[in-house]
Amino acid sequence: MSESNCCAETPACCWYTAAKEVQTVSTTLTTSDMLGAWKVRWGFGRMEYMVEPGLYAIGSPDGNAPVLVSANYKLTFDVLRQSLSGMDCWLLILDTDGVNVWCAAGKGTFGTEELVSRMTQTGLAEVVTHRQLILPQLGAPGIASHEVAKRTGFNVIFGPVRARDIKGFITAGYQATREMRMVEFTFWDRLVLVPMEFVPAMQITMPILGALLLSNQFAARPFDKVDITAYTGAVVTGSVLTPLLLPYIPGKAFSLKGWLLGLGWVVSLLTLSRRFAKGNLLRSAGQVLLFPALSAYLAMNFTGSSTYTSPSGVKKEMERSLPLICTASILGGIMLLVSHLFGRSKKQ
Amino acid sequence: MTLTYLKDVVTLSFSPSKCIGCGLCTMVCPHGVFAMKEKEVQIVNRDACMECGACALNCPAKAIEVDAGVGCAAAIITGWITGGEPSCDCAGPQKKSRCC
Ligand code: SF4
Ligand code: SF4
Repeated sequence: MSESNCCAETPACCWYTAAKEVQTVSTTLTTSDMLGAWKVRWGFGRMEYMVEPGLYAIGSPDGNAPVLVSANYKLTFDVLRQSLSGMDCWLLILDTDGVNVWCAAGKGTFGTEELVSRMTQTGLAEVVTHRQLILPQLGAPGIASHEVAKRTGFNVIFGPVRARDIKGFITAGYQATREMRMVEFTFWDRLVLVPMEFVPAMQITMPILGALLLSNQFAARPFDKVDITAYTGAVVTGSVLTPLLLPYIPGKAFSLKGWLLGLGWVVSLLTLSRRFAKGNLLRSAGQVLLFPALSAYLAMNFTGSSTYTSPSGVKKEMERSLPLICTASILGGIMLLVSHLFGRSKKQ
Repeated sequence: MTLTYLKDVVTLSFSPSKCIGCGLCTMVCPHGVFAMKEKEVQIVNRDACMECGACALNCPAKAIEVDAGVGCAAAIITGWITGGEPSCDCAGPQKKSRCC
C-alpha cells in the first residue's frame, strides 16, 4: 500500500455504505511504508502522513466480525494492521488530522463527536449485526463510552494500550491483563522520540554556532574548539542523553536531571582541558552557569514527549526552574560575552 | 525502573459516595491510579496520575474530577504567551504537533 492510500486511484472507495465497497488492506508493510516511518520520526513530511478516514476491512470480515477504532495517523495505522495479520475484522479510522490516538484524544479530535459522526457516515450499523466497538485504551481521554452507548447503541470496550496485545485481548474474550493496561516509557520508547528533540535543537544551535564563529573576527579572545565542544555537548546532553538516561539520573524534575547531567559534562570537559586555571576563570564560570542551564531547558522540553508527566507537575516544575534557568543563562551569557570581546588572549 | 513525577501536585479528586463501582476507571487509567479493592474502587497510586482525564470522562457517575490537560513544557509556555489554554499544537496553525 502506498502512502497516498486508496483514494488516489479510486476516489469513491473511502465513503461508502455497503460492505462490498470497503477497502481491504494488507497486514504486511512494504519498503516504502518503512522508509516513510523512518522519515516521519526524523521530522520530514510528518504532516502528509495520514490515511483517509473511514471503514476498512482486514481479511474478509462479515457482520459478526469485531470493529476496531483507530486514528488516521499512518504510523498508528501501519502498526495496527500488522498486528492484526490473520484476523478478520473491521477498522474504523477516525479523522484526527494525522495525529496519534493518545494525543488526539487529549485534544478531543479523537473524540465522542467524531466517532459518532464517522459511524453514521460509514453506515457501520448496517455493516455489522453486533453492537460492539473496540477502542484503544489511550482513546479514553477523548471518548466517553457511556455517551457513545447512549447515542449509538454501541457498547464501547476499551482494548489494550498497545496494538501488539490486541490479538491476545480478543482471544482472551476481551480481557486485558494489568500489564496490557499500563503505559510504559522504555529506553526504546525514548530513543524513538529523541530525533524530535534533537533535530529542532540543532536547527537553533547551528546558526548560533555560525554567528559565534563569525564574531570571532572581532573578539579579543575568540571561541576555540573547547568552547564549541562545551556548547554542542550541552545541547546533546539536554536533548539526547537526558531523555535516554532518564530513569538513571537523580531527581524527579526533568530540568533538574538535565542540569545535573549538563553540569557533569561542562565541569568534566573544562577540567580535562585545564580551563579552570587563571586567566580562564571568567569564561569558564560563564560556561558553568550557561551550559547546564541550557541542558536543563532542553531536558524540560522532553516533558512534552513523556508518558507520565501531569500538566500540574510540569507547571510546578517550570515555575521553580525557569527563573533559575533564565538567571543563570543571562549571567553566564554576559560573562561569556565579556570574556569573548574584552578578555585578554591567553599566551600559550 | 518505573518513572514517577513530582509528588502531591495532581488535581485528581474522587468521591467514593457517588461511585457505583463499575470499574471503568481502573480500566482506562494508563498508570494504575485506581484499583478495585473488596468491590470498592480506591485511589492506590495518586502520584502516578498524569491528568489525562480518561477516568473522569468515562465515569458514568461523575465521581471523579480532574483538571485534564497536556503535560508539556512547550505547550504551557505557548499557553502563557498566547494567554490561552496550553495546547499541543506547538508549531502553530499548520496543525503540526511537535511534541506528540
Ligand atoms: S487522569 Fe488519567 S492518569 Fe489520572 S487517574 Fe485518571 S485516567 Fe489515570
Ligand atoms: S468509573 Fe466512576 S463509577 Fe465507575 S468505578 Fe470508577 S469512580 Fe466508580
